Amino acid sequence: MAAPRFWREIPNRYNLIGTRCGNCNKVFFPPRYICPQCRRMGKLEPYKLSRRGKIVTYGVVHVAPEGFEDLVPYVLAIVELEDGPRLTTQVVDCDPNEIKIGDEVEMVFRRIGADREDGVIYYGFKFRKVE
Amino acid sequence: MNVGIVGYGVYIPRYRIRLDDIARVWGEEPSRVKQGLMVEEKSVPAPDEDTATISVEAARNALKRAGINPQDIGAIYVGSESHPYAVKPTATIVAEAIEATPNLTAADMEFACKAGTAGIQACAGLVEMGQIKYGISIGADTAQAAPGDPLEYTAAAGGGAVIIGKNDGEALAEIEGTYSYTTDTPDFWRREMRPYPKHGGRFTGKPAYFKHVVSAAHGILRQLKLTPQDFAHAVFHQPNGKFPCQVAEELGFSKAQIACGLVVPKIGNTYSGATMIGLAAVLDKAKPDERILVVSYGSGAGSDAFSIKVKKAIEEKRDLAPKVEQFLNNKIYIDYSTYTKYKSLLVR
Ligand SMILES: [Zn+2]
Repeated sequence: MAAPRFWREIPNRYNLIGTRCGNCNKVFFPPRYICPQCRRMGKLEPYKLSRRGKIVTYGVVHVAPEGFEDLVPYVLAIVELEDGPRLTTQVVDCDPNEIKIGDEVEMVFRRIGADREDGVIYYGFKFRKVE
Repeated sequence: MNVGIVGYGVYIPRYRIRLDDIARVWGEEPSRVKQGLMVEEKSVPAPDEDTATISVEAARNALKRAGINPQDIGAIYVGSESHPYAVKPTATIVAEAIEATPNLTAADMEFACKAGTAGIQACAGLVEMGQIKYGISIGADTAQAAPGDPLEYTAAAGGGAVIIGKNDGEALAEIEGTYSYTTDTPDFWRREMRPYPKHGGRFTGKPAYFKHVVSAAHGILRQLKLTPQDFAHAVFHQPNGKFPCQVAEELGFSKAQIACGLVVPKIGNTYSGATMIGLAAVLDKAKPDERILVVSYGSGAGSDAFSIKVKKAIEEKRDLAPKVEQFLNNKIYIDYSTYTKYKSLLVR
């Protein structure tokens, strides 16, 4: 990933800042800047999403992409946030055998990756089960 | 001083390794090692955790207790000896992650294990002079130790954050005073570009830890005209279980006075996190009007001592974020080989 692109995405990656349409109240994450429903009538503004949600579905990754090799086997889940939007995220600090659909999860702050040994370190949200 | 603590929070990674497992790898008698150090197990960061992620989690927990607008935070200091970057502050990552940017000052602090308490003093000064409304100081580390080095038994990961503000109604504790004792003592160091620290063996005890902790404690007692009997609790930097117990005895504090804040047997030495987590463990349980003595220690060497008096607001604030005990109990054990992989000692 290029550092400038990541830098622009820091608010949503660090703090789950999405957008909300002031016209129809729909919440978007990742943020959208045009409401697909309201079009020119839409009024999109930054919106801080709830840091909690539920696992809608998940998979266990055994063959990981570069940079994630040492984390296998790990859980990759689609989480529905309390405000509605869904996002794909790693679920950390768990035994993959103990994860169930419907489990409550909360946002945590983790390393997402790094550009090689000497590049920028990327941080952002992942999720963990609520104990 | 007219300065108080308005919020505090900790974070300890979930993974643990038992000292038995480390001792067996190196052919040492587990029970002797555990008794010698008075440590049973230590925390291990997950591969995607570092000092920045630990600091953010601790700071977010401190904010939950403080209940303040993060935009009112005027200073962030992150004390650590394991900042993820050699050049690029951890404090800016934390500032962004708690939505305190951009109108604030931020810097990383370094002083071995006492950089977090040095940050508390900096925040207290800025609050007292009216320069900032709130300041947050964090002490966090993912401590490194060479395989087979005695430090490997205790080098752990964790962090604590303290939010400093005026000593008014929202303060959960008052900082009555602070006193520091500093000398140039080469008991523990790490040179540039070297992955692991070196230490002076036995030299780390008497002229280093004990001399500085005792001198700083005596200093604050003298300054505030207090005696050990005036304190319900005491927290001393805890590189192992033995040192804080011995230093407490030397200073005339009982085992009961240090019991609440002694977390090292269950998590190991979290370096810059150690004193901060110890203080948090006491605040989790202390009653209003109780007095706490806090003395950190950083190799190199120096100690910062604080006298802290708990206030009424503690009772409504302490349940707003996870307590130290919850972190101690919520754990996943890993074996030595997984540990070496997580610490990037085992690389494919
Ligand atoms: Zn709309």
